[in-house]
Amino acid sequence: MNILNDMRFRALCYQIGAIGLVAAAAWTMFATASDNLAKQNIATGFGFLARQAGFVISETAIAYQPTDSIARAIFVGIVNTVKVSLLAAILGTILGLFVGVARMSRNPLLTRLALAYVEVLRNVPLLLYLFLWYSLIILVFPPVKQALNILPGVYLSNSGLVLPAVFVENGAVLLALFVCAGVAAAILIRRIGQQRRIATGKSNHGMAIAALALLLPPLLLWMLGLVSFGWDIPQAGRFRLTGGLHVRPEFVALLFGLLLSVSASVAEIVRAGIQAIGPGQWEAAAALGLHRSRVMRLVVLPQALRLIIPPLTNTYLTVFKNSSLAIAIGYPDLVMVSNTVMNQTGQAIETIAIFMGVYLGLSIAISLAMNWYNARVALRVR
Amino acid sequence: MKHGFLTICAAATALLAAGVVQAGTLDTVKARGKLVCGVSLATPGFAAPDDKGRMQGFDADVCRSVAAAVFGDGDKIEFVPTNINTRFQALQSGEIDMLSRQTTQTFSREASLGLDFGPTVFYDGQGLMVAKSLGVSSAKELTDAAICTLPGTTTAQNLSDFFRTIGGKFELVVFESPDENRAAFFAGRCEAISSDRSDLASIRAVANNPDDYIVLPETISKEPLAPAVRQNDSNWRDIMSWSVWLLMAAEEKGITQANVDEMLKSQDPDIQRMLGVTDELGAMLGLDNKWGYNIIKAVGNYGEIFERNVGEKTRLGLTRGPNAQWNAGGLVYAPPFR
Repeated sequence: MNILNDMRFRALCYQIGAIGLVAAAAWTMFATASDNLAKQNIATGFGFLARQAGFVISETAIAYQPTDSIARAIFVGIVNTVKVSLLAAILGTILGLFVGVARMSRNPLLTRLALAYVEVLRNVPLLLYLFLWYSLIILVFPPVKQALNILPGVYLSNSGLVLPAVFVENGAVLLALFVCAGVAAAILIRRIGQQRRIATGKSNHGMAIAALALLLPPLLLWMLGLVSFGWDIPQAGRFRLTGGLHVRPEFVALLFGLLLSVSASVAEIVRAGIQAIGPGQWEAAAALGLHRSRVMRLVVLPQALRLIIPPLTNTYLTVFKNSSLAIAIGYPDLVMVSNTVMNQTGQAIETIAIFMGVYLGLSIAISLAMNWYNARVALRVR
Repeated sequence: MKHGFLTICAAATALLAAGVVQAGTLDTVKARGKLVCGVSLATPGFAAPDDKGRMQGFDADVCRSVAAAVFGDGDKIEFVPTNINTRFQALQSGEIDMLSRQTTQTFSREASLGLDFGPTVFYDGQGLMVAKSLGVSSAKELTDAAICTLPGTTTAQNLSDFFRTIGGKFELVVFESPDENRAAFFAGRCEAISSDRSDLASIRAVANNPDDYIVLPETISKEPLAPAVRQNDSNWRDIMSWSVWLLMAAEEKGITQANVDEMLKSQDPDIQRMLGVTDELGAMLGLDNKWGYNIIKAVGNYGEIFERNVGEKTRLGLTRGPNAQWNAGGLVYAPPFR
């Protein structure tokens, strides 16, 4: 038989051809771009990353000064992006779960309210919401000079929320060790308690003991005086409050915008998941005498979870990428820092390559984590 | 079939490469029949369309002077609004022939971005503006204040350098859009707003009550704004530079848009050379000999451009300051036309 008539061989040829075509196109683009840059005397390469950044970033989760390198500045941007998207994803999921369950409620008012919530949030572009939230914060709250003193040491103004900060004065390592040990012990105790309950059919105090195991060791350390805490109280400077913990309006507006948009998507996903569970499950659980809320929590939601996970991955990827809208309202995320770098060094291709690489890498990490979780909860065919 | 694929590849490569082969910019512009000039998005006084849709402003008039030098008509031009982040790429890629966009000439831009700057058309400097009610009279008092700026420009770095020199700290709030930046400042999110002084003047002009705000006396950086062209085309760069210098020299010699026709009869040999009555300066640049006459006829001299767009009678209300002629205490100085 002629090898050219072999279906498998031909399929392989097509695939190799396709890959070759893509690779050739990529190589041509790369070669032409670097050739053109060289012809126009434009600097190339990643050497600029080691240069001094020279600009201030106001919101930094890790230590950073203008004298640090550009690479460090970009890293600060990455941390800021991860911080806001992670918080938005977690809080948005919790909120969305409640809204989604509310959509399925038998109370007509609650159902309609939840429906309105979802429709209003998901049918207007996120960027407009960000402008709205930010303008509201800026215009509704007073300037920092007339900051509202809600509680002793807590100030609210259009420059954000300022809180007294707690910090560990000494014994930080010891405390961390004890907290870790406490968490491990609590998980173990809870699991043992649960197993015993399943075995004996009697309820026990597993949860309470677990909570004690969690709280007692650090408390003991503090009472023995091995760990001490200090307070950083905000103080009024000439223009604004210094010291304490600052929650800036740019961060709040972005977090709010992202988490509300996540919650609307999650609500719909949860509703779809719940509706996909057959009515037989509800009826069977009701026949066992379970209350409606328990049916939801113990029977329906765990089964719905399997259907919820794959679309949820999509939502998380979206929120992570949407966080780049931060640039519109002045939150220093990866894109904003990169833009500043791009303008100072003029090396746009390299900088864009870096932030595309970071987004791609982190997105793939999210997908992998969610796929792993999905594989764990998926129905196993035996 | 195999050969077919290779041919396609080769053709595609050739096509991509062909875009780069550079003819002289002057020839390209002449062949196209119009000059493509990159300007700001919408900055009143520098480049913003008026109610008839005609681009007005200082930077726009600098573009027109070059168009007039090449075509004898300042309106054979297309304005491309450029983003602050992509303005240099627009020039590098050949999308625009020249960039006239409130751009500061700096060492690293000239050395690493593949472009050449022309003469400084506007001596600017970065300043800070605050509300009068803040009771601040010097930028040095602004330690610990929040300052609003636009991203990416040299602005953030200058502020950072300034506060490092005086040993203070500040909170930087950066906005991508000029509107958000202004709104945040007026709402009191920041104590101060920082930008080039010319830009602060236009921000102040749109405040509800401009008198509530003052620009602090310190100029924390030098910002010589200059037009730019692609590197390695000296002829095109000469055309840009000498068009700008002609505007300046014309003011010095008293040639205006109104009297340029009479000036053709002037006995001053300098004026005769500039307007192409004697000698053939234009031809040396590959231009019409009447290029100087055409420029002044199209846009007027440097002083006229300044007063029309940003001067004291406009909303920006800027005085000449360092932008006065060298013999009137300023820095504007054109080399001789001979």
